[in-house]
Amino acid sequence: MTAPIFAYIVHKDGVADDTALEFLTAAKKIDAARNPVAIVAGSGGGTDAVCESLRKSYQEIWKITSEALTYPNAEVIRKALADVLPAGSIVLVPHAHFGVDLSPGLSVKLGAAYVPDVVDIEGVHSTVLRAVRQEFGGQVSTHVECDITAGAVINVRPGVFTAGAAAGATGTVVEKVPGCDLTVRRRYIETVVPEAGDVDITKYPVLVSIGRGIQEQDNIAIAEELAEAMGAAVSCSRPVVDAKWLPKSRQVGSSGNTVKPKVYMAFGISGSFQHLAGIKGNPLIIAINKNPRAPIFRVADVGIVDDILEFIPEMTAKVRTMTAVAGKASA
Amino acid sequence: MNILVCVKRVPDSSENEIVINPAGNDIERDDLVYSINEWDNYAVEEALQIAERTGGAVTVATVGGEEDEEILRREMAMGARHGVLLSDERFEGSDGRGVAAILKSLVERNQFDLILTGVQADDGAGQVGGMLAAMLDYPFASLVNSIEVIGGGSKLKVGREIEGGAREFSEIGLPCVLSIQTGINEPRYVGMRGIRQVANVPIPTYGAGDLGLNGEVGASAAKVRRVDYFVPPAGKGAEMLEGGREENIDRVIALVKASGGVK
Repeated sequence: MTAPIFAYIVHKDGVADDTALEFLTAAKKIDAARNPVAIVAGSGGGTDAVCESLRKSYQEIWKITSEALTYPNAEVIRKALADVLPAGSIVLVPHAHFGVDLSPGLSVKLGAAYVPDVVDIEGVHSTVLRAVRQEFGGQVSTHVECDITAGAVINVRPGVFTAGAAAGATGTVVEKVPGCDLTVRRRYIETVVPEAGDVDITKYPVLVSIGRGIQEQDNIAIAEELAEAMGAAVSCSRPVVDAKWLPKSRQVGSSGNTVKPKVYMAFGISGSFQHLAGIKGNPLIIAINKNPRAPIFRVADVGIVDDILEFIPEMTAKVRTMTAVAGKASA
Repeated sequence: MNILVCVKRVPDSSENEIVINPAGNDIERDDLVYSINEWDNYAVEEALQIAERTGGAVTVATVGGEEDEEILRREMAMGARHGVLLSDERFEGSDGRGVAAILKSLVERNQFDLILTGVQADDGAGQVGGMLAAMLDYPFASLVNSIEVIGGGSKLKVGREIEGGAREFSEIGLPCVLSIQTGINEPRYVGMRGIRQVANVPIPTYGAGDLGLNGEVGASAAKVRRVDYFVPPAGKGAEMLEGGREENIDRVIALVKASGGVK
C-alpha cells in the first residue's frame, strides 16, 4: 500500500470541521504506516487560520489558494483538486452537502473509484479497499470492495470515526496554486438562512417528534395534544416537512435544527443518520415504531414496537389523568 | 425546455421491513412492495412544472429490466411524454459509474437542455447525477430544492439545501445536471385512470449496441462491488419494552419524569 492519502478539510469562518480529526483515524484504517495529507482550499485569512490549526494534527497540509476559491463552490474545487492531486491518490471527503456535490464528479475526473457514505473501513489488501456502507435508510449494512488501482474518492459519514489524536508534530504547510483555468458555469449568489418559526424547538426540554409513521396531516393533532399535555413541543423528521404538514422550523436533522433536549420521543421516525445528526447533548431517546428493524432502535435508550396512532392518544389520556390528579393533590 | 429525468424502481422502504436473505447476498425481495424512488418522483414533478412554463417535453429513463416499465408508465401518467428503458444483459453488475455511462450515451443521442436525477435512491449512494455531469462536462448541483428559469431560458437559479435549513443559491448554465431533493414541490397524484391512458404508449428499449457501449459498463468494468449484506451492529441498542401498551405508557411517563422532563 503506497498510495498517498489526502483528507479534504471542510472549513467555515476559519475553523476546520470536526471531520478533519476524524479523518486521521479513517486514514490509519486504510494504511497505518502512512500520514495523511490535509487539503485546505480557499483564500484569505480564514484559510490560513485553518492551516495553522491543522499543523497540530497533520504532518503535511496542502493549502490550495485562489481568489476563485473564496466561496467553497464544489464545481471550482473539483477542477482545482483534479489539477493538483497526484495519480492514484486516495481522497477522504465528508459525506455532507459539500461532499455530495464534489465527489462523484471528482472521481470521474480523476479516473478513480468512488465509495459514498462510508461508515467503516476494514483495510486494504493488495489493490482492494474494503469498506462498510448502509442501504435502505440504514436498515441493512453492506461490505463493499473497491479497486483502488487508479485511486479512490471515499466519502466518509461525519461522526463515525473518533477524532484522531494529535501527532505531536508541527505540520508543514505547502502552498499549491492550481495551474488550470478555474472558470465554471455555476456561480454562487448567496446563502439564505431560514426564518424563525412559530415554535422554537431548540428551547424545549421534551420533544414529541414525529416522522413518516404519522401517516397523514390530520394525525398531527394527536402529537400536538400529547405535547400540550406534557408541556413539550412537536418536532419532526424530514418526510413530515416534505409533505408540508409542519414547517421547516420544526425539523430536526442536519438540514434542519440541532436540538439538545432532555428527552427526545421519536414517534414513527425510522432514524436516518441525517435525522440523528440533529440530536445532540445525549438526551434520553424513547423510540416508538411499528417496524422492529427501524434503525432508530439501535440508537434509542428505550424502544417500543407499537402503532403510534394508537399509542399517542392513550399516552395523552394517561398524562392528562395524572396531571389532573397531581393538580387536585396540590390544591 | 426538453428535460430528461433519470428514475429508478426501488423497494419502498417506508412500506417494507427490509430483511436479509439466508445467503446474505441480497435482501428478501419476494414480498416487497416496489415503487418509484421517492426523490425521482419529485424530480419528475419539477421537470413537468418547468416544461409547463417553458414548453418542451419531459422524458423519463431508467436502467433496468422489463419489470421497471411500470414506473416509467406511472411517471408518463403524471405527464412525462416519453419513457425509455435502457436494458441489456451487459449492463448487469454495473456500479454507479457504469449506470452514469449508460445514461451519458442516451444524452449524447438526444437534445436535452436539463437533466434531473433524485438526490439518492435505495442504496443511499447519490452518485449517478454527479458522475453523469462530469462525464458530459456539464455543470452540476446536488440537493436542489428550488429551480427558477432565468436569462430568457439560458440558465437557472437553483437553491441547494445546506446545513441547518440554510439554502445556497447559485446561477447555473444550461445544459446542466441537477439532483433533486424531496420537498421541492408537491408531486401530483396519479390515478389508475391516468395509468390506463398511457398503457399502450410504446416504450422503446435501448441496449448496449444501440447506445454504442462496450467495456465501460457491467460487472467487469465496475470498480466498486457490493460483497454482502449484513445486519448492522446493534450499537448500544435500545432496551425494548415488551409489556402491554398500558404498562409501556406508564414506563415511558416515569422515564420522562425521571429525566426532569415533565412536572
